[in-house]
Amino acid sequence: MAATPLLSVQNVKANYGPVEALRGVSLDVFPGEIVALIGANGAGKSTLLMTICGDPRASAGRVVYDGTDITNRPLHEMVRLGIAQSPEGRRIFPRMTVFENLQMGAFAGDPANFEADVERVFRLFPRLAERREQRAGTMSGGEQQMLAIGRALMSRPRLLLLDEPSLGLAPLLVAQIFATIKEINRGEGVTVLLVEQNAYHALRLAHRGYVLVNGSIRMSGPGAELLANPDIQKAYLAGGHH
Amino acid sequence: MEYFLQQLINGLTLGAIYGLIAIGYTMVYGIIGMINFAHGEVYMIGAFISVIVFTLMGPFGFASPVLAIVLVLIAALIFTSVYGWTIERIAYRPLRGSFRLAPLISAIGMSIFLQNYVHMLQGAKMKPVQPVVRGGFKLAEDNGFVVQITYLQIGIIVATVVLMAAFTMLIQRTALGRSQRACEQDRKMAALLGVNIDRTISLTFVMGAALAAVAGVIFTLYYGAVDFFIGFLAGLKAFTAAVLGGIGSLPGAMLGGVLIGLIEAFWSAHFPIAYKDVAVFGILVVVLIFRPTGLLGRPDIEKV
Repeated sequence: MAATPLLSVQNVKANYGPVEALRGVSLDVFPGEIVALIGANGAGKSTLLMTICGDPRASAGRVVYDGTDITNRPLHEMVRLGIAQSPEGRRIFPRMTVFENLQMGAFAGDPANFEADVERVFRLFPRLAERREQRAGTMSGGEQQMLAIGRALMSRPRLLLLDEPSLGLAPLLVAQIFATIKEINRGEGVTVLLVEQNAYHALRLAHRGYVLVNGSIRMSGPGAELLANPDIQKAYLAGGHH
Repeated sequence: MEYFLQQLINGLTLGAIYGLIAIGYTMVYGIIGMINFAHGEVYMIGAFISVIVFTLMGPFGFASPVLAIVLVLIAALIFTSVYGWTIERIAYRPLRGSFRLAPLISAIGMSIFLQNYVHMLQGAKMKPVQPVVRGGFKLAEDNGFVVQITYLQIGIIVATVVLMAAFTMLIQRTALGRSQRACEQDRKMAALLGVNIDRTISLTFVMGAALAAVAGVIFTLYYGAVDFFIGFLAGLKAFTAAVLGGIGSLPGAMLGGVLIGLIEAFWSAHFPIAYKDVAVFGILVVVLIFRPTGLLGRPDIEKV
């Protein structure tokens, strides 16, 4: 593991409307890692991913990416820095086709890579190849999730921010999505920051994890260690895991 | 029958003007969800610029009408686009994120300002222009009633069809058009993918203004005179066309424009001409009662 983090969030505070959603969050993501950020609904996980990208703005603290301070830079500069996000709620463009969504994913990229990148996404998610000309809004939740991740990959990111990729998916599909995330990370060297409510899957997959409670980091450590922690088992793994 | 044909030609010509203006309303509505009530004035300014350039060229004569029109079009496109860009920049962008009515009120203010601005600079009198294109085809004759399509009408209809087709391609097939549609569907997500939202919105205003400029040039050529007030009613009717077709829908704006033009022409032919505007807005009311989303404004329709 390299000594300098690819992404370093330093004591970041942010408001979501009148609510203080982040109360001084610090975390590091090193190159080649998968880092899981777990926490209950409303803990501030999604806000953190968006604040890393600059909207909502950080009211305090710094976001350092690859040695550069990127705190509160405009949203549209992120992808050119190598940061791609599959955001909360997927946010695919519903009235565009699958293919057009992927074209949008490549908006800031080099057109010369486009064909190869589409092939790569279709290889990872063969289902998307079948649905190529379908309107994205008419697809199932699982397919939309694949599209959101595939679209994020189209920009050839160095850092992939994934927000709840397992939300609302059937167990079989959850396993498939997590296997794909592993493949993207191991096979292609993409660094991943993964936000999940599905703590079991996320911590099993991740090299390291952070637990976010009420807008601040409560705990952190290697994925396996957190998974074995009784407090975490009680709070986030209750009800068993499948 | 002959009379019908003549009114059809006249109505299509009129509809071309409304359709071109309506696209500007529908695109701006699609991308930032506001009605740009100053858009009719942008069209009026486009017409005025064409009058000014035609007048400046007057001493040299119109040896080649095509060349003269092309030069006027270029000038009108450039200057009107600058107006469109500036209006967004100073009257709407600072209010983005404000409450929903704020940019609307600002738009009405901008409309009043632009009318008075042209009124002051150009005066209240009609500004006439020498006819640039003369002549036409005689299509039919019945008891002395001649059905005629002028070269100008042919030019207007052909140019509008080509422009609308090219514009549809631009929106559907190019990266720029895709980024506009993306902004319309989810602005924040488009930004995450690298789309510069401010620039895309500016470009949308510029594109709407450019089409309004073409409509303005057409108006000058067709009616031969403009004044500072022409934007008001034309803007209102083009807005009606956009709503009739389904606000936010690009094909809807084109269809709505043509329908409004035809309704106006046929009403004027058979009923008291003083009531033609009442007819246009009456039909809008009827459509809105039975089809509030407009003719093509289904939620799944391609919007810009």
